[in-house]
Amino acid sequence: MLKFIKGNLESIDGVEIYPIISLLIFFIFFMALIWWVSTAKKEHIREVSNIPLDNNQNEESL
Amino acid sequence: MEVEKFYYDNKIVKNFIWAAIVFGLVGMSVGLLLAFMFLFPNLTDGISWLSFGRLRPLHTNAVIFAFVGNAMFAGVYYSTQRLLKARMWSDLLSKINFWGWQLIIVGAAITLPLGYTTSKEYAELEWPFDIAIALIWVVFGANLIGTILKRRQRHLYVAIWFYLATVVTVAVLHIFNSMELPVSALKSYSAYAGVQDALVQWWYGHNAVAFFLTTPFLGLMYYFVPKAANRPVYSYRLSIVHFWSLIFIYIWAGPHHLLYSALPDWAQNLGVAFSVMLIAPSWGGMINGLLTLRGAWDKVRTDPVLKFMVVAITGYGMATFEGPMLSLKNVNAIAHFTDWIIAHVHVGALAWNGFLTFGMIYWLVPRLFKTKLWSTQLANAHFWIGTLGIIMYALPMYVAGFVQAFMWKQFNPDGTLTYGNFLETVSEIMPMYWMRAIGGTLYLVGAFILLYNIIQTVRKGSKVTDELAEAAPLTKVTKARTSKEGYHTWLERRPVRLTIYATIAILIGGMVQIIPSLMVDDYVPKISSVKPYTPLELEGRDIYIREGCVSCHSQMIRPFRSEVERYGEYSKSGEYVYDHPFLWGSKRTGPDLMRIGGKYSDNWHLNHMYDPQSTSSGSIMPSYKWLLYRELDKSMTEKKMQVLVSLGVPYTEEEITNAQQLMDKQGAAIEQNLYSDPDFVKNYEADKKYAEENGEEFIDMKNREIVAMIAYLQRLGTDIKAKDEVDLTINKAE
Repeated sequence: MLKFIKGNLESIDGVEIYPIISLLIFFIFFMALIWWVSTAKKEHIREVSNIPLDNNQNEESL
Repeated sequence: MEVEKFYYDNKIVKNFIWAAIVFGLVGMSVGLLLAFMFLFPNLTDGISWLSFGRLRPLHTNAVIFAFVGNAMFAGVYYSTQRLLKARMWSDLLSKINFWGWQLIIVGAAITLPLGYTTSKEYAELEWPFDIAIALIWVVFGANLIGTILKRRQRHLYVAIWFYLATVVTVAVLHIFNSMELPVSALKSYSAYAGVQDALVQWWYGHNAVAFFLTTPFLGLMYYFVPKAANRPVYSYRLSIVHFWSLIFIYIWAGPHHLLYSALPDWAQNLGVAFSVMLIAPSWGGMINGLLTLRGAWDKVRTDPVLKFMVVAITGYGMATFEGPMLSLKNVNAIAHFTDWIIAHVHVGALAWNGFLTFGMIYWLVPRLFKTKLWSTQLANAHFWIGTLGIIMYALPMYVAGFVQAFMWKQFNPDGTLTYGNFLETVSEIMPMYWMRAIGGTLYLVGAFILLYNIIQTVRKGSKVTDELAEAAPLTKVTKARTSKEGYHTWLERRPVRLTIYATIAILIGGMVQIIPSLMVDDYVPKISSVKPYTPLELEGRDIYIREGCVSCHSQMIRPFRSEVERYGEYSKSGEYVYDHPFLWGSKRTGPDLMRIGGKYSDNWHLNHMYDPQSTSSGSIMPSYKWLLYRELDKSMTEKKMQVLVSLGVPYTEEEITNAQQLMDKQGAAIEQNLYSDPDFVKNYEADKKYAEENGEEFIDMKNREIVAMIAYLQRLGTDIKAKDEVDLTINKAE
């Protein structure tokens, strides 16, 4: 009876390529992400992370 | 450089805050009423629009879209203006966003109790509302992107990215999951059927959690926690990784809601793998939030805002640890369909969304009204009552979940189920339901304390509708400035491209799941003995949908020995090919109904619907009396069948033309069956006589709703019998 719940996709043509493509997308995506983050400049990071604290005077009065 | 003067729109923020508080109280009160209905099932006896099945979607929708939704809009409208140093792009769009959203909520509050529902969880609203939601969402998105384009702050802070990802993804999810064909103004059928519908629904359902309850609130966390702690986020680099990996991975994890179901194995395993991966970005975000408080922990002792935020982030950490665990197949085998899931979602809702909202409100309202919080002590009291409420809610539900799972699976040495009667497992956890109701009460009391404190704060303060601000306009970026910048720095200046990349990130996962699920339809083995529902069964099924039976009863027998022993042959994907929408359910407060057909007599079902406790002593199912008296509306049957034909259900012309006769015939047969019970005959004939004597109109039993319901229930799961397996053919063999 397992044929009724298993292998529903095996008959799709070229289905073997899907997992390989998926792995590649992932690998490239995360390598690129790490490259971005590690090459970011320190002063830029400091500047951007302080955006929320860049207040108006009236908010700080509290 | 010349400095520009402009005004922040505070009015829209205030409106959303009030809406969040009011609808939050409503949504939580409905939840509490539901909790008490577990203890007193007939609390709202005989009132159809206050019955459990109809209120349950009202509770979930009110809390998710009205409470959390309005809180999200409030936070987004406040922080976006300040992070971009610009007033919202268009006051008109802000207003349309606000009033449109509230109208949809009011519409939901009216239609859901009246039984107008698609039955797809967190997407229960019928098609006109789906269109309205899409339109209002576009308004929100346009307003946000318009504001980004006229900003005075060059770089987009990470909170803005989370908002952008929210806008894009919720739109995609909502549109795909709401594909349905209308029958009438408030009735439609899902375009998908069975396995496909389940896959799309949980791709949506899971990502509604991800992109409605999580990403916007992470944006709020990245804005309001640094504000409240008065220091920048712990690691901005980590927040970049958090953002991209979260949105990239989250979108894939939907199938973990369907483990061990009739969903193809590859999809289940894909969902598990991505769910496990999710823990990394989720905990990265939690750690980033908590460590933002570095050096400010002393403030946490005194500042209620920070207290709420710490518990919120901790709740986020707990729920996102539990999520991947629950998606492991062996854990899921225990937890699925039990109250464990109720505990899990309430840790997320009460702690993460609720407490972050409360913290945000306590921080925002004094600033919007230029005053101090009326009572810090009351806010602290709210914090402790609320925290206790969360614990009192969640812990008993965890225990209840385990008790249920283990009792459902307990075997005697001779191979029979130890607790063969489902009710034994229900009565065992009644004390847990009591504690849950108390926990919920505490949490609600806390929310009322907030209401009082906020009203007093507002009365004390002065209203600043338009807050003055100054900032220099953006200048052109010169080559010299950009020559040494990194790629991400470049990207952060380009909102449109950032949005497109974020969209691509979510679409990759979305497409990998959606395209096969659109194709899976052709690959689900068809079972030749599975036939479409008869017209009367179809009407019965629509009553089942209307009454929200799916809230408490699953129609999905997993391939476990304990479930096959209790409910019968496990479910096959091919059995659902005509189910628009699927009704697998996600919770078993009552037993599974997949193979209920033929298990009990028609009389049993009638008596059970009239007074569940009479047939099943100790049952906590409410009475559905009105089904016994109401006339079945048969005016739309042919239309319904035609709509289903266009969705691929093979009704013949003849069946549609003869629908009324077919219904009459099947109804008459059931009426005939009911006559086998002398009690029924006595009551029914007495009613008939009374109506005759008093000149009242009498509805024959065969034309009442209960008969359609019985027809549907008696059909369930009867298309295949285990002994017929050899006769089954599948499309592969064709």
